[in-house]
Amino acid sequence: MVSRKYKGWLYLIPALIFIILFLIYPLIDVFVYSFEEGYNSASQTYFGVGWYNYSYVLHDPYFLQAVRNTFILVAITVPLSTGFALLISLCLNSITKLKEWFQTIYFLPYVTNTLAVGLVFMVLFKKTAYSEGLINLLLNAVGLSSVDFISGPYWAKMLVLCVYTIWVVLPFKVLILTSALASVNQDYYNAAKVDGTSPWRIFTRITLPMISPMIFYLVITGFIGAFKAYSDAVALFGVDLNAAGMNTIVGYVYDMLYGNGGGYPSYASAAAIILFAIVLSITCINLLVSKKHVHY
Amino acid sequence: MKIILKHLTKIFPNRTKNKPDVIAVNDFDFEIPDGQLVGLLGPSGCGKSTLLNLISGLLEPTTGQIYFGDDDVTKLSPENRGVGMVFQNYALYPHLTARQNIVFPLENLKGKDKLTKEQLNEKAEEAARLVQIENLLERKPSEMSGGQQQRVAIARAIVKKPRVLLLDEPLSNLDARLRLQTREEIRRIQRETAITTIFVTHDQEEAMSISDFIIVMKDGIINQIGKPQDIYDDPVNLFVAKFLGTPQINVFAGEVKNGKIYIGEQAVMKIKGVEDQKVHIAIRPEGFIPEARGPLTCQLQAVEVTGRDTSIVSTNPAFDGAAIRSIISSDIKIPADQKEVHFSIKPHKIHLFSVADEKRIYFETEG
Repeated sequence: MVSRKYKGWLYLIPALIFIILFLIYPLIDVFVYSFEEGYNSASQTYFGVGWYNYSYVLHDPYFLQAVRNTFILVAITVPLSTGFALLISLCLNSITKLKEWFQTIYFLPYVTNTLAVGLVFMVLFKKTAYSEGLINLLLNAVGLSSVDFISGPYWAKMLVLCVYTIWVVLPFKVLILTSALASVNQDYYNAAKVDGTSPWRIFTRITLPMISPMIFYLVITGFIGAFKAYSDAVALFGVDLNAAGMNTIVGYVYDMLYGNGGGYPSYASAAAIILFAIVLSITCINLLVSKKHVHY
Repeated sequence: MKIILKHLTKIFPNRTKNKPDVIAVNDFDFEIPDGQLVGLLGPSGCGKSTLLNLISGLLEPTTGQIYFGDDDVTKLSPENRGVGMVFQNYALYPHLTARQNIVFPLENLKGKDKLTKEQLNEKAEEAARLVQIENLLERKPSEMSGGQQQRVAIARAIVKKPRVLLLDEPLSNLDARLRLQTREEIRRIQRETAITTIFVTHDQEEAMSISDFIIVMKDGIINQIGKPQDIYDDPVNLFVAKFLGTPQINVFAGEVKNGKIYIGEQAVMKIKGVEDQKVHIAIRPEGFIPEARGPLTCQLQAVEVTGRDTSIVSTNPAFDGAAIRSIISSDIKIPADQKEVHFSIKPHKIHLFSVADEKRIYFETEG
């Protein structure tokens, strides 16, 4: 028995080494840095220990802006993308002709490079000296004036970022939900049909509960993914996100480490720990809610 | 409510071009009298479930009509036909309790038929009482045994007081003991509610034991309709004869010559009214009488004793299978070390079938 126990650990060692070295140790380290004032990674020195870093970060207007941006992004994109994905999957599930073809179309964004997608969005939204951008042309066509989506008003930029994010995360959700829908036993629908159940009631009382585990999975991973948004913003607005007013929390952490000013690992750590706390509590809330509403 | 099928046909067109279409139900034309329990019997893939789905309205027939009483329901959707259906896997909603499952069909009622909460509960409890699950109403399907789930499914199907109850392989997911118990239960529920009920099965014993009527199907064609005992005693073709009865009917290759039935070289019975020809000779296991001077000689293999009766396993060169099984009263003792066993045959337990089309050949026995 004893040798068997050790053998198990032996097999786990390679994975454990990597996890401890690159995940757990850095996590603890970041936690420690976040309490060390003015930590300097080159000289490995700091002034003192305390809550100063948190206080600084929480009073930094750039950080507050980033938190606000991130929360808006999460609040808009998670429900909308999940809702759209559900709608698209339901449609995909109900057609027979060209089903595979449409499935492929909807999956394409998933395998497309982020920067290529960014370029496409530029063509759609960016207003330059030479062109108005496709969306603006459309707006002009219906009699509205042009909007500078990339460096114009805040709502316009946020709109583009949200559209972009939704478009990028949609394919994966559609994929998961279509397979979830397809795996619901047809007999449930037949039984409901024999009993004269209305389509809406079939959807709310049978389909939704049946795929609820998958929906909650998507909501939880969607929240986490959206809180960690960064590259999408960079693809649209360039690396100086603070100047564009479109920074995210992860963007703020990155800027504190390597950005213009750069070199503030203590502040970066504090911001990262705050993000960690936010994501953790949101996920816990999600799990509590899902326990109440997911039926298996 | 009686059910009348008029030239009902369902053809599934084949997707690949060079294969023929599948005729799952071929020109069904019969009437099921009111309040009967009908067993739809046939091997897997013979179109039983298709027929059930046609009657429920889940499938649309290619041609033909279905009447419930005097109403033509052919074009009606399932919910307007007044059918209750129990699915093979029960199709209970896993996230709802037994009570919620049972009231589900009632909650679909709209307008003036809409029921109050008290009425819903009352009806659910009434149905639950009928299938004897009153104390399980708050449980979810995952917390119930297969037999209990089955009862919930039946309660859900009858709670709306349907005109016709359809059961698709209702016993196939239960273990042997529960199957025996549940089939009696189905019979009792059907008697109490007097709802015309059709149930699909591939188990002949199940069909025989509880049905008022049996419909024997093969490859989308009705072979025989009748009371269980009548079909057993008087099968119209070799398929029906083989399909009903355990142990299976014993089939020999033989011939009719000069007014006698020959199995191999042995003339086993004198008959009238059949021309000389090669035939399939089928004898029910209980049709053998061991007699020292019996005309049929078989090589004894084994004697199996169950206590209630004795089963003799023997072989014969003309026999069309592994071993002849004959069941005799346990009063008759056959020594197991005997080499040969001689039988005479009960005339009404022997059937002749044409070699060409396996149809029954009727004969008269000679005095």
